[in-house]
Amino acid sequence: MNKEWKHDNEDGSYTVRTCGWSPPGDHPVGCGMKLTVKGGKLVKVEGDAEHPISQGRLCVRCLTLAEYVHHPSRIISPMKRSIEDRGKDKWSKISWDEAWDIIVPKILQLKKDHGAESIVVFGGTGREACLYYYPLGFASIGTPNVCYPLSGWSCYGPRCAITDYILGAGYPEIDFAGTFPDRYDNPEFKLPKYIVEWGKNPLMSNPDGFYGHSLIDMMKRGTKMICIDPRITWLGTRAEYVCQLRPGTDTALAMAFLNVIINEDLYDHDFVDKWCYGFDELKERVQEYSPEKVAEITWVPKQTIIEVARIIAMNKPTAIQWGLAVDENPNGVQLGHAILSLGAITGNLDVPGGITLGAPAALLGKWRMDTRSNISEELWDKRIGAKEWPALANALATTHPDETLDTLETGKPYKLRMGWFNSSNFITATNSAQPDRWYRALKSLEFNVVQDCFMTPTAMAFADIFLPLPTFAEHDGIVITHFGRNPVFLGAMNKAFTVGDCKSDIEVCIELGKKLHPNMWEFDDVPDFFSKQLKPELGIDFNDLRELGVYQPKYTYGKHEKGLLRPDGEPGFNTVTGLVELTSTLFETWGDDALPYFKEPPYSPVSTPELFAQYPLILTTGARTFTSFHSEHRQISTLREITPDPICELNPVTAQNLGIIEGDWVDLENMFGKCKMKVHLTPCIHPKVVHAVHGWWFPEKPAEEPSLYGVWDSNINKLVPHKHIGKLGFGAPFKQMICKATKRAARED
Amino acid sequence: MSSNGLLIDYEYCTGCHSCEVACKNEHGIPLGKWGIKLTEVGPFKVTDDKFEWNYIPVPTSLCDLCESRVGKGEKPTCVHHCLAKCMEYGPVEELAQKMAAKGKKMVMFIP
Repeated sequence: MNKEWKHDNEDGSYTVRTCGWSPPGDHPVGCGMKLTVKGGKLVKVEGDAEHPISQGRLCVRCLTLAEYVHHPSRIISPMKRSIEDRGKDKWSKISWDEAWDIIVPKILQLKKDHGAESIVVFGGTGREACLYYYPLGFASIGTPNVCYPLSGWSCYGPRCAITDYILGAGYPEIDFAGTFPDRYDNPEFKLPKYIVEWGKNPLMSNPDGFYGHSLIDMMKRGTKMICIDPRITWLGTRAEYVCQLRPGTDTALAMAFLNVIINEDLYDHDFVDKWCYGFDELKERVQEYSPEKVAEITWVPKQTIIEVARIIAMNKPTAIQWGLAVDENPNGVQLGHAILSLGAITGNLDVPGGITLGAPAALLGKWRMDTRSNISEELWDKRIGAKEWPALANALATTHPDETLDTLETGKPYKLRMGWFNSSNFITATNSAQPDRWYRALKSLEFNVVQDCFMTPTAMAFADIFLPLPTFAEHDGIVITHFGRNPVFLGAMNKAFTVGDCKSDIEVCIELGKKLHPNMWEFDDVPDFFSKQLKPELGIDFNDLRELGVYQPKYTYGKHEKGLLRPDGEPGFNTVTGLVELTSTLFETWGDDALPYFKEPPYSPVSTPELFAQYPLILTTGARTFTSFHSEHRQISTLREITPDPICELNPVTAQNLGIIEGDWVDLENMFGKCKMKVHLTPCIHPKVVHAVHGWWFPEKPAEEPSLYGVWDSNINKLVPHKHIGKLGFGAPFKQMICKATKRAARED
Repeated sequence: MSSNGLLIDYEYCTGCHSCEVACKNEHGIPLGKWGIKLTEVGPFKVTDDKFEWNYIPVPTSLCDLCESRVGKGEKPTCVHHCLAKCMEYGPVEELAQKMAAKGKKMVMFIP
């Protein structure tokens, strides 16, 4: 890429090259773009053709960036609200100094009177804040309680933990030639023959740093798709196979694939003999999962199961991409274990065109680990739910989310008194189950700070201080794919202009940190901070990165053969046995089965037939759209023009039986809650299944309580129960509940 | 005198709407109007295991094939930003040859 990242234009404007992250939200995909600014306003956004991954392409969320940046509702100055006015739209603008003059004494008082543990930092997902909300908690504030409130931590975390325990590597991602400047033309790269999308639709989700439309790039070059999904998506119509399974039965399907591959002797003997532990035990276990039996369980035809299993085993390389459906499932740990085993025994781990593995230590992750040193052993011991859930507590630095709600509700083992909500709007249908229950419990907090760009239901309900965040166009930073756990590149985020009086996540960390724990924050400024991360690991500083545009680290395949996965430098995997654990030593230690098994969802036609008679639809949720990132973007008119309403999908036959037609509003209801959605009829969903979108609230609805922007109206997470999680503490039934659908009286909401 | 057109490979159009929004940005087209608009055919079953589901963006009379951008040696903004890279701009004779070479799921527009 061109060294010059900023240049002046003839008409008095200037153009800055940058890589995108958030806010506005998305995962760390880091798309390249050129931002043109004139008179302090963003006047043009153009995709950067030089960027090796995005190559000039931009999705509608970046294309509408100017609408977001200059939106009249955006909050661009700190605000305060008196506690009596919580829930009311009664804010006064303050300066940052005034904000700190309220926040800092309050933190000091709480630490003195009740201990630092009485303060909890809540994070969201995907945004840049994911890198910074932990250090904010541990090293700026000094609390051991950093909470990702999603029941069962059902998002990315379980997959990271499973990978840690079974492979001892960084995150597994399919090979899309991301680390090569010449991409698919690089001689080291091999095109995947097949890509399996397991509960994942990257075209819309661009999960965690994977450039979703690389799937199209590879399909054009000959890669074939296999989709495992209860919905037949657009991608499914271009796939060679769609396993349209009953939601929540994925693990049975994975075990059936293993059954066929092992019994028909199609597995990679070399890899199994050299690098796998517990193959014989796995072989024995999968005998319980014949294709015939699993066809009954999953609704996937027996012949399809057999054919897909053979294809995966007999085509090298085949890459398997595992999605959120692995995490949003109480049986998800077992599913993830089975999927990794599938990749392992077919010899597709860390081979060109297969499943790449990150190194065990996240790139640029050392600093984040170091921030934990600010917390004493004694204080770290107080982390909510850590003792009860060691499998979670060992892999992740947060509290246990479900235990945290319990603590808020009961005041045990101690009372939480202050909440800091960074980029987390979780009383919407995002990262919480039974958000209405969280809403009631959060009322007990005596002081709250919220960081975000717009007023949200969560901020309106709880914030005493609102600290405005800048968009990625307005601050310096680094975007790194997979948060460093499988980095195909690092991109420079270059501040292009300033809007109002906002401070970025890292600016807030440093500023607050210098007031409360100065020894943890010995950085002169933000570029200094980034240079200190980059220099030791990569030998470049922040300015070098700006000139490079993106830095693609060299990728080494077959790291397990070269001693690059273990700290002792020996060949093998960084696990207890040094091998891929098809039988897990750690799961057994923590009280779960060492081998994968299928377990029915907590509510299903099989596990709760009487309830299913009342609630005869299987509810799955959360498929992504192009036009929003979780609860964001609802105030962006151009995006609302494309996606105006929250949609639930019903099969036309089901709808007919219920007297429902296209465009009707329906109530979706179960024993936990109720919400309304607009119906879209599609043959792509099974007659017994309904899909509902997440994240919906309505900036155009009344702001104050009880409405809170209509946050309860179409909030599908109300139907998902608290603490129905897997044995190791991971996984909640967001993608496999039951409900009924009833047409609403009026033909509008 | 050759005309220019837009060639779209709708085997790969994923319905992302980037063409719509990029066009609106470039030409200042407000809500309720489009210079190029995505249309959808399907999904419906063709056979027991094959579904028909196509997205096809259609340029309107507000489309000038990005004359100004092309004059500067750039691509039309829809083509530039398309996530699936399934759009091409050029003289219709050249596009027609590419269309025939691929042989299926191709459409060419002169707006």
